[in-house]
Amino acid sequence: MNKVMSNKVVIALYVLPALLLIGVLMFVPIILSGYYGLMDWDGIGAMKFIGLENYAELMGDGKFWDSAYHSFLLALFSTISLIAYLAISLILANKLKGSELLRKIYLIPMLLSSVAIAQLWLKVYDPNNGILNSLLTTLGVDNPPAWLADTDTVLFSIFIAIIWQYAGFYIIIYSAALKGIPESLVEAARIDGANPIQIAYKIKIPLIMGVIKVTVVLAIVGSLKYFDLIYVMTGGGPNGASEVMASYMYRQAFGTYNFGYGSAVGFALLVICLILTWLIRKLTASGDEIQY
Amino acid sequence: MSNGIKETNTPMNRIGFGLLYLVLGLVALFQIYPLVWLFIFSLKQNSEIFGRSPFALPEDPQWGNYAKAWTDGNISQFFFNSVWITVISVILTVLLASFVTFAITRMHWKLSSLVLGMFMVGIMIPIHSTLIPLFDFFNRLNVIDNPLSIILSYVAFNLPLTIMILLGFYYTLPREVEEAAVMDGCSVHRIFFQITLPMTTPVISTTVIINMIYNWNEFVFVNTFISSDTWKTLTVGIQNFVGQYLTDWGAIGATLMISIIPVLIAYFILSNRIVEGIAAGSVKG
Repeated sequence: MNKVMSNKVVIALYVLPALLLIGVLMFVPIILSGYYGLMDWDGIGAMKFIGLENYAELMGDGKFWDSAYHSFLLALFSTISLIAYLAISLILANKLKGSELLRKIYLIPMLLSSVAIAQLWLKVYDPNNGILNSLLTTLGVDNPPAWLADTDTVLFSIFIAIIWQYAGFYIIIYSAALKGIPESLVEAARIDGANPIQIAYKIKIPLIMGVIKVTVVLAIVGSLKYFDLIYVMTGGGPNGASEVMASYMYRQAFGTYNFGYGSAVGFALLVICLILTWLIRKLTASGDEIQY
Repeated sequence: MSNGIKETNTPMNRIGFGLLYLVLGLVALFQIYPLVWLFIFSLKQNSEIFGRSPFALPEDPQWGNYAKAWTDGNISQFFFNSVWITVISVILTVLLASFVTFAITRMHWKLSSLVLGMFMVGIMIPIHSTLIPLFDFFNRLNVIDNPLSIILSYVAFNLPLTIMILLGFYYTLPREVEEAAVMDGCSVHRIFFQITLPMTTPVISTTVIINMIYNWNEFVFVNTFISSDTWKTLTVGIQNFVGQYLTDWGAIGATLMISIIPVLIAYFILSNRIVEGIAAGSVKG
């Protein structure tokens, strides 16, 4: 038994191809990204070592901090919206008729490409022919905003599209967790006279706290590295009003061929994501996990 | 129990239920209506789109918009690229991930938990922090603007999640059959291909469909590594098309529908597997 199943050659054969791929295409680039950040480099010519100059420039780069601020706003917004997703999931968990179908409808936008979603929402927000402003005009609003063309509304407008994209994802996660709660526990509380709201607060939410923490990490880290929808919808504009860290990095590297500086931004993005993941895990760590 | 039944029958509770359904229904409407509207305007001509209410149904459905997108806009080429690149990447990802998961859960070696840890760390790596080095790497290998660069990237970046989903299933799978096969003198390869792989078909189909959707929708790698139309996939192709046909909403709508329909069909047939895959892939993180 042990001899066949501990054959070193077979293990190497099974593990090395995949390990090589993630090593070469994920881990090495991450390290290189920090290293390239020390270079003055246009991506084509020779690299010139300039020490921490890029990182020093980053510290004083107002545009980078603006983009970081937008990324953090998105993170905050996404985290707060988790409350709504949790509430919806709790309602659906009460064995309502059609809850399975509703969940599946909620998930549909998550399955579409960010490009398709971005193009669709560009049309939704179109000031003259989009459904949003047509609806507002019908309702009697005189001068509806230009949404994506307005520096005051652009960020919030994009956030709504991102919510549309991800709502179903979080509802599915919460619903799966809620399904894991033993029926007997809920039944016992009901017999003791607890109403649905008390059951949600005192039993269900504490029992799925582990999953809630995971979703908080997902929402925050996912927001900080968010890119696709913003890049396609506005390219960070107008006038940088919707620039986020990833889109700033992308424009530095592949827009203005500032590969060295772009790498520094990319590395900063990685470090910020890792620190926050660690911090949230640390802050929300509870002594003992709930067992049932 | 009887208490519960009594409570749900009071008028107050019925109003409450009505309100709940109203809220849930409005959320569903918010999630689905933009897509319905997309379908509607994909069948309109410009005079209808720019002249009349966007809520109106198309007077004379313009199926020609779809033909225009498919042939004039090169969408057929992009569609075909998306199909074969997705298929190859998915097969490679699921096969390699199955090898790794088999080795980690069934075979005995000292470094297995370290290797597993590396794959789990891989889940957290943000794509954007790797883009510049990857671009440089593929450039040096001369595979920039070559489908190999995106296929390799898709496989690498989807391996961690795929392994994570597979692991859950492998751990719960009874080992008796495999152990008996070892006793009978079966080779590891035969056990893997003839016993383990067939036994894991349910979770394989989950990972296949999840990987298909992710690869089909991927944008950043293609946008960065591919520059010629010959190799572009649908997501980047749509961007091209929109740039060229800026004011032709009907044709743009048709293009978006063409990119969405395969995913919707897959979801219609395999919704349970997709929901399962999405839930499994995230919760265990």
